[in-house]
Amino acid sequence: MTEPATTGTAGPDKVASAEQIGLSAREVASLPPRDAASWAKKVDRLQVDPRDGVRGTNVAGRRLTGPVQGFGKMWQKTYRMDAGPQIPPQQAIATWREHFPEFWPKGNRFAGALTGINPGDVALLDLAIGGGVKLSTGVFVLYADAESFTLMTPQGHQFAGWITFSAEREGDTTIVQAQVLMRANDPLYEIAMTLGGHRKEDKFWVATLTALGQRLRIQDPKVDTRSTCVDSSRQWRHSRNVWHNSMVRSVLQTLAAPVTGLGRLMRGSKRGMKSQPNG
Amino acid sequence: MSAPAITMDVRRVGEKTAVVDIKGEVTAACEPVLMSAYEAAGGSATSRLVLNFAGLEYMNSGGIGMLVTLLVRANRQHQQLAAYGLSEHYREIFELTRLDEAIMIYDSEESALNGVVR
Repeated sequence: MTEPATTGTAGPDKVASAEQIGLSAREVASLPPRDAASWAKKVDRLQVDPRDGVRGTNVAGRRLTGPVQGFGKMWQKTYRMDAGPQIPPQQAIATWREHFPEFWPKGNRFAGALTGINPGDVALLDLAIGGGVKLSTGVFVLYADAESFTLMTPQGHQFAGWITFSAEREGDTTIVQAQVLMRANDPLYEIAMTLGGHRKEDKFWVATLTALGQRLRIQDPKVDTRSTCVDSSRQWRHSRNVWHNSMVRSVLQTLAAPVTGLGRLMRGSKRGMKSQPNG
Repeated sequence: MSAPAITMDVRRVGEKTAVVDIKGEVTAACEPVLMSAYEAAGGSATSRLVLNFAGLEYMNSGGIGMLVTLLVRANRQHQQLAAYGLSEHYREIFELTRLDEAIMIYDSEESALNGVVR
């Protein structure tokens, strides 16, 4: 065994150490970690309540998927906006968390909890994919604190991964950013991402950040986009993720909607007839 | 970006295995520190890398993202990644994010070193 090599730097003195506030080692060990309230509790499969204005399919019972579970190339995409010196990071994130759905481009719906973005929440999404079809999927709030929050995707979503929204001081200014770490969830999505999907996603997040900038009263908000391919290999062992593909399922659900609606109507009228009292 | 409040001590255990003792806060800001530790651990010459999280005090979602980046780098070099010393809280985060499917988690350094074939 050789001598340890140490790498590291001292961090900002944000929080008093246990010694400084007079805690014993045993007391420190029994305290919950500082980040405990920011993380969602562990879930195996997502549970959802119906929400107004969205179809709400392809989410209940699904597992979460990170970049490890995805199929396609791994991308890290960063969308950054200079919010200027006047807006503290906490204010930018508080506004974003509270009004998140309002910043989405037209035609897309985000139906989250009324209280905003909080760890463990599940939001239902209807995303415009053209031809009058909406892709029904969802996101899970994995992490949220005063300066950042992270959404994670379920099986069937276009991508497996997470999106972190954050704000921090850089010199005299506040930088607000959305960063996506993702792989396309299955081979169909990988093809779709290559054929314009990445461009569409870039436009989506640029529009979102611009809308946030306007809400924060930033003069002429500008968004810088940077994409890096972190891993160019495809994970063929996850190609069977296609079974859960929410785009395919959403198209089928749209096509079948008149039939299923009629069936529901007929079942309802039969029940109504049965419950009629005999005259 | 603020300076990361973290140290990573690298110990070599055997010819092809290295242990990284992580102490402090794992956030996106500590990526340069982790990558320096990875290089100090021998880079591609090491086939097994064990992360010791017993000194972990804080981790946010940026920290998890950084571990995924390390995982990609290790996979590219055909290296195995293992972890031990995670508290119940952080073990649950690994399970929630399904990072435990790619980084094997052990209860102790001994089991991590035995679980990863030396």
